[in-house]
Amino acid sequence: MADTFAFVEARGGAIRKVAFEAITAARRVADASGGGEVHALAIGAPGLRAEMEQLGRFGADRVTVVEHAGLERYSPEVFAATAVAAIKAGGYRAAFFAASALGRDLTPRVAAGLGVGMASDVTAVDLSGDALLLKHPVYTGKAIATLRLVGSPAVVSLRPGAMAASEAPRAVRIETAVPALDPGAAHVVVTATEVSAAAKLDLGEAPVIVSGGRGLRAAENFKLVEDLADAFGNAAVGATRAVTDDGWRPSADQIGQTGRLVSPTLYVAVGISGAVQHLAGMRTSKVIVAINRDKDAPIFKLADYGIVGDLFEIVPRLTDAIRKIRAEG
Amino acid sequence: MKIAVCLKRVPDTDMRFAVAADGKSLDLSGLKFDMSDFDGYAVEVALRLNEQQGPGEVTVVGLGPDAVQETLRKALSMGADRGVHLAAAEVPFDGLAIAQALAAELAGQGYDLILFGRVATDTGNGMVGPMTAELLQLPCVTAISHLDIKDGRGTAHRELEGARETVSFPLPAVLTIDEGIARPRLPSLKGIMAAKKKPVESRPAALGPIRLTVDKLELPPERAGGRIVGEGPDAVPELVRLLREEAKVI
Ligand SMILES: Cc1cc2nc3c(=O)[nH]c(=O)nc-3n(C[C@H](O)[C@H](O)[C@H](O)COP(=O)(O)OP(=O)(O)OC[C@H]3O[C@@H](n4cnc5c(N)ncnc54)[C@H](O)[C@@H]3O)c2cc1C
Ligand SMILES: Nc1ncnc2c1ncn2[C@@H]1O[C@H](COP(=O)(O)O)[C@@H](O)[C@H]1O
Repeated sequence: MADTFAFVEARGGAIRKVAFEAITAARRVADASGGGEVHALAIGAPGLRAEMEQLGRFGADRVTVVEHAGLERYSPEVFAATAVAAIKAGGYRAAFFAASALGRDLTPRVAAGLGVGMASDVTAVDLSGDALLLKHPVYTGKAIATLRLVGSPAVVSLRPGAMAASEAPRAVRIETAVPALDPGAAHVVVTATEVSAAAKLDLGEAPVIVSGGRGLRAAENFKLVEDLADAFGNAAVGATRAVTDDGWRPSADQIGQTGRLVSPTLYVAVGISGAVQHLAGMRTSKVIVAINRDKDAPIFKLADYGIVGDLFEIVPRLTDAIRKIRAEG
Repeated sequence: MKIAVCLKRVPDTDMRFAVAADGKSLDLSGLKFDMSDFDGYAVEVALRLNEQQGPGEVTVVGLGPDAVQETLRKALSMGADRGVHLAAAEVPFDGLAIAQALAAELAGQGYDLILFGRVATDTGNGMVGPMTAELLQLPCVTAISHLDIKDGRGTAHRELEGARETVSFPLPAVLTIDEGIARPRLPSLKGIMAAKKKPVESRPAALGPIRLTVDKLELPPERAGGRIVGEGPDAVPELVRLLREEAKVI
C-alpha cells in the first residue's frame, strides 16, 4: 500500500483540467499499489480553497491548500520549494504533475530538489513491480518509448489531454499550509501575465484544432480559420512556422517539431503543405482533414479526408455546414 | 559576459526512423546527426548578447561519445570561443544523471548565464536545464522567447497556454531557450577555418545514478491517410457526412 501525490494546477483562481488528470493518474497508481491515499497540493492566491471540494470527485483523499497574497502569479522558487517539502513529508510512491507550460517549468525542479528520477510528457502510466512504466513520445513524435522509472517517489509530468480524468469520488479533507519559502524572498519574479485575446481554448486541451498555413496569404485572412474554429465551438487555432515567422500569428500558436506537439480528436489543416517539421507536431491527431489546392501536397498523404481546391471558397462553406449541424444539436 | 551553452548531439529528425534489433534503441544506420534544434537558438542568443554587450566568452559544453566534438566544432564555427567535451560512452535517457554531470562541470566557473535548449529533439524530456539550475542553486527561467539583459538583471518572456508571462531575474542565471528568439546563423567559411584552431577540452563525465531507462521503442502506427473526398466547395457536404457518420468526430 502506498500513498501518491498530485499537483493541482490553477490559473486565475480556477482549477485547470490538467489537475483532474493528475489526480486520476495518482488515484490509479495508489489503487494499483494496494490502495493508498491520494494527497493533492494546490498553491495560489487567497480564494483558491473554495475550489477544492471538486477534487474529491476524481479521487483525492486530502488536499493541502497553500494560499498567499504574493502568489497571484506563478513563482517557480516558491512553488518548487513548497512541492518538495510536501512530497518529502508524505513519503509518496509517485508524484504527478501536468506537462503544461507551468508544469514543464516546475516538475524538473521538484525532481532535482528531491534528487529523484523523473519522466516527462507521459501519455500512459503503468505499475510493474517496483518500477513505473511510462509511455512517452520521443524524436519529435516519430517514435514512442516505454520508459522504466525506478525509485520513490517517482516524479511524472503528464501530457495534457492524453489520459482523460475519470471520476472516483472520495470524501476529501481540506487542509491549509504556508509556503515553504516567503514569496517576497524569491529571486525570479513573474511581473506580468498577458492573456492573448485570440486564444480562447488552449492548443493542448482543445478537442478540435483548425490550423492555417501560408495558403491563407495574409494575417487578416486568418478570420476564415477563426470563424471555422468558432463554428466548432470547441476548437483552438494553430499555425505553421511559415505563418508565425511572418508574424501573422503569435509564435505560441506554432505547431510542429519546434512548436507545440498536439493530438486533438480532429485536426483541420487549411492551406498547409505538410512539411515533415509540421507533421511532427500533429501526426498523432485522431482524424486529420486537409484543404489544399495542390493535389500533390504532402499533407494529403497523412490526411484521413482531403478536399482539393481553393480554401477561400471551401472554408466558408465548411464553416456554414458545421454551424448548421451545431444549431440542429 | 561569460556564457556557457549546453549542446546535445541528436539524430536529425527529418530522417526516416527504424527501431534497432534490441527493440529499445534507434537503428542508427543512415542517420545524420546535428545539434538539437533549440540548442542552435541558445548558441545564437549567447553570440548576440556578447556582440551587443561588449566582449565576453562563450563556452559550449556537450556530454556524450567522441562524436559530440563535431557538434561542439559546429558551435565554434558559428562563433563560440571554446568547447568542453564531457566524455561518456553513451548518453543516458535520464535527465537528472546528465544534469548532475553538467552541474559538476559548470559549478564555480563564474558563468553569468548558462543556456540550454527548451527540450532536446531526441528525448523530448525538457528537464536537463531546470534540473541543472536546481542543482547549482541558480535562478532559472525556462522556455523563453525573448530576452533583455541590463545592469545585472534579465527580463524574459515565456509563452503559456493562451498567455505570455514576463519574468524578471538576477544574474547569474540558467535559461532554457525556445524557438522564435533568434534564428541561428550558419557557420561562415571563415568561421569554419577559425574553429579548427579553437580549444576543445575533453574529460570524463561525472554522470549521476540512472533511474530512468528505455524499455521499449516503437514507431507509431502508420496512418492510412490519402483519401481525397472531392474537389472544391461542392465536396463539403460529403466531408461533413464522413466526419459525422464514419469518423464520428462531429
Ligand atoms: C529546423 C526546422 C524546424 C521547423 N519547425 C517547424 C515547425 O515546428 N512547424 C512548422 O509548421 N514548420 C516548421 N518548419 C518549417 C517547415 O519546413 C515548412 O517551411 C512550413 O511548415 C511550411 O508552412 P506552410 O505549410 O504554411 O507553407 P507552405 O509550405 O508554403 O505551404 C502553403 C500551402 O498552401 C497551399 N495553398 C496556397 N494557396 C491556397 C489556396 N488558395 N487554397 C488552398 N491551398 C492553398 C499551397 O498549395 C501549399 O501547399 C521548420 C523548418 C526547419 C528547417
Ligand atoms: N548530453 C548532453 N550534453 C549537453 N547538453 C545536453 C545534453 N543533454 C541535454 N542537454 C541540454 O539540455 C537540454 C534539454 O534536454 P532534455 O532535458 O533531454 O530535453 C538540451 O537542449 C541541451 O541544451
